[in-house]
Amino acid sequence: MKFSLSSLGALCLAAAAAVMSAAGASGALLTAILLTALTAFWSLPIRRGGWRAGVVCSVVIIAGAWAVLQRVHQQTTAETGVWVFVAALSFLAWRTMELLSAVSASPKEGKAPQLLLDLSVPLLFGAWLFFLWESLTTGLAVPQVLLPAPSLIGGVLMNAAATLAADFHQTFIRAVVPGFLVGCTCGFITAVASDRVPFLRRGLLPLGNLVSAIPIVGIAPIMVMWFGFDWQSKAAVVAVMTFFPMLVNTLAGLADAGRTELDLLHTYAADYWRELLSLRLPGAMPFILNALKVNSTLAMIGAIVAEFFGTPIVGMGFRISTEVGRMNIDMVWATIAVAALAGSLFYGLFAMLERTLTFWHPSMQKRSQGDF
Amino acid sequence: MRTDRPVRRRKWGGTSAGPVALLVAALLVIWYAGAVYLNSPMLIDRYQKSAANWSAARLVTDSWSMERPVLPAPHQIARELKRSILERSITSRRSLVYHAGVTLSSAMSGFVIGALLGIALAIGIVHVATLERSLMPWIIASQTIPILAIAPMIIVVLGAVGVTGLLPKAVISAYLCFFPVTVGMVKGLRSPSKNLLDLMRNYNASDAQTLWKLRLPASVPYLFASLKIAVALSLVGAIVAELPAGAQAGLGARLLSGSYYGQTNLIWAALITASVVSASLVALVGRVERGATRRMGLQP
Repeated sequence: MKFSLSSLGALCLAAAAAVMSAAGASGALLTAILLTALTAFWSLPIRRGGWRAGVVCSVVIIAGAWAVLQRVHQQTTAETGVWVFVAALSFLAWRTMELLSAVSASPKEGKAPQLLLDLSVPLLFGAWLFFLWESLTTGLAVPQVLLPAPSLIGGVLMNAAATLAADFHQTFIRAVVPGFLVGCTCGFITAVASDRVPFLRRGLLPLGNLVSAIPIVGIAPIMVMWFGFDWQSKAAVVAVMTFFPMLVNTLAGLADAGRTELDLLHTYAADYWRELLSLRLPGAMPFILNALKVNSTLAMIGAIVAEFFGTPIVGMGFRISTEVGRMNIDMVWATIAVAALAGSLFYGLFAMLERTLTFWHPSMQKRSQGDF
Repeated sequence: MRTDRPVRRRKWGGTSAGPVALLVAALLVIWYAGAVYLNSPMLIDRYQKSAANWSAARLVTDSWSMERPVLPAPHQIARELKRSILERSITSRRSLVYHAGVTLSSAMSGFVIGALLGIALAIGIVHVATLERSLMPWIIASQTIPILAIAPMIIVVLGAVGVTGLLPKAVISAYLCFFPVTVGMVKGLRSPSKNLLDLMRNYNASDAQTLWKLRLPASVPYLFASLKIAVALSLVGAIVAELPAGAQAGLGARLLSGSYYGQTNLIWAALITASVVSASLVALVGRVERGATRRMGLQP
């Protein structure tokens, strides 16, 4: 292949869009279409190493997307030419990601350029998805009950900030965090304690693995019955859900210490505690942090699902289930956005911790191609 | 990475049977004691209201045979299970088999959709570098948001379009399933060593041939390791999907109605059924895995 197919596609579609909307379109849109066609034509033969081309394309795409959004928000229904142009922009966006994926920063420039490159492609992709969502929902006049546009959801986020903050406080601060701490601590302590007794360990490991196969979320109604409607029952569900992954992972991690290292400590006449603190616990860190990462998502799920079984009139799970009933789908999406943000940050916290604490582990070394 | 190849768990037998049996026995003892502890306040209250004579022995036996206990004793749950599984016809609405069947059917359709989607995404990601750079971070990010929170909305929105019944629940199961499959399969499809890939190049094999003859066979152990996780998740998805929309049938609906009417026996019976179904699904996948790997000559 001499030419990039996606550039060619973008060029053809932009030309078609220009012809179709030549009569009715505004000046801004026509300029954007022509700009896109020119950029596509220009990027057609670029084969590799084009971060400059990538930046130029990105700027053109942003301008084009802005023109489309202007157009779509002005009219209730957009004409066909606009959609052809959106398709052309999609091809150009794909081409940009292609260009940017092929670039790799030289190591002597430090870490920042590579990080920027690594972030730019997924960011572009995400921004593109949001643009499609916004333009399609407004342009095709999709009923709000089905799928509200991101701009509407953003408006709700601003207007209902107080309610959302109260929900966040109830669900995250009062249920997820205490439950998570209790569950993880108990799992960790149980694992370390039972590790001293091989008999206990041999019994706990299969049981823990069995529990990982069953839907623990189902204990939510029981916990609501025992601990009442308020946050205590949610924290209890979270604690139970996070207990077992921590237990199983810590046990596996403690058993992971190498024979050679153990022998070395043995020759130093190290006692049990020295061995535990100097070798086995640090060695178990990757497993423990993995459990923390898994648990961070489980904890959010547990708290929200437990709220489906009865809550005081505050909380994310409560908000979602009642607003769905009242067909306020934009409020539901706003709550989901808050939950997604909280969940990602919670997960990101442990991912960062993993990077700093277990930098020595092979999986944290410079990634070879495609190693996740 | 260290876990280059999914390690097969040791089987249940052998050295761990004794400890497991003892732990289960200890758990049962704690359970019975806990039933007395949790149920007695209500019973004592009742005794005092009716001014009945009561002794410790009566308290214990009563707390193990309450109609709506705080914590039912294991034999009460067993009786409830027997009543709702063996003593009712399978098609009855009070039979747990019927409800488990409803949940299982949506979980399985979701599992199949999710697994196929996961495999397709993994093949795309392995072959198209741009897809890997752009899509993979979002796939990982999609798992840090509490997906089950979206469940009620998916059901209502799909219901508004006119899609009801099995499919919305299957969609939620599929959403939970696809992630472990994608991640596992990407790893598995990349697992052939450079030597083997070079050999395929020497043979002038096309991408499709390399995929079919080298990458896919090499990814089978990874696939099954992910499928075991995915199948358990698919059941969780189906159960949770039944909670919000006021579903009439299914284990999740059973849990919900049990919690509305305070029928703890019912909740526990549904919970145990769900656990048994889930554990047997995982075991079934394990069985298929053993058959497949043996047939492929990966293990004696």
